[in-house]
Amino acid sequence: MQFFWAFVIGGVICVIGQLLIDLTSYKFTPAHVLVTFVSAGVVISALGLYQPLVNLAGAGATVPLTGFGHLLAQGAINGVKQHGLLGAFSGGISAAAAGITAAVVFGYLAALTFRPRG
Amino acid sequence: MPDNSLPVIKQKEQYAKMVKQSMPKARVGRNIFWAFVVGGLICLLGQFILNFYQALGLGASEAGAATSATLVFLAAFLTGLGVYDEVSRFGGAGGIVPITGFANSMVAPAMEYRAEGLVFGVGARLFAVAGPVLVWGTVTAWAAGVLYFIFR
Repeated sequence: MQFFWAFVIGGVICVIGQLLIDLTSYKFTPAHVLVTFVSAGVVISALGLYQPLVNLAGAGATVPLTGFGHLLAQGAINGVKQHGLLGAFSGGISAAAAGITAAVVFGYLAALTFRPRG
Repeated sequence: MPDNSLPVIKQKEQYAKMVKQSMPKARVGRNIFWAFVVGGLICLLGQFILNFYQALGLGASEAGAATSATLVFLAAFLTGLGVYDEVSRFGGAGGIVPITGFANSMVAPAMEYRAEGLVFGVGARLFAVAGPVLVWGTVTAWAAGVLYFIFR
């Protein structure tokens, strides 16, 4: 059942992105989609509405970029719980550090290793 | 061709109609279907990887971080091979919205601008899209933390 919901919820979140591209002006690029989804994830998570989706869909909710926003928001809020106002500065990036470092390291290595085709 | 015997305003109307007819139809229905399938499959793969790491004994947040890192690695590798571009072309937002699309948005421009050097080429272009994403994510998450501090 977990796999079913991962597929369905993950698919639906991507469909929302597709609708934003197809039904808005041509200026809505993939970069706009990613920025919108990260920010939306932060807001939805801060309102306490994203964790139930993670409980239901697992990777279907954490793999889309809204899940990255969820990680940042919960990191910042937990940071405030533990360290006060300073936690708002340290918590978000700390929680997302593994993903960010993986993206920078693997991205850099891949860009050095491979040549663009065509 | 617009009928030249008509007044200019009518010709303009005709021309606008012709432009509209010859524009490629946005295949919204088909795009939505493939975005759902491709996006869903990437998340399904993520679920398999997540379960694998949890079976190895990792806690929930560690397994999540390991899953993100694995997906990012796969996407960076497939972008290098030119395979991920096909995924995005096929799946549209289904290839963009998952964290694999985030990794793709870093590697693709970095590869493209390698000739500009390791600092302004690869180093800077890696953040062409990731930069704005991190800026928006960081600022909104910081704001969420501050609001929580004030109103808790």
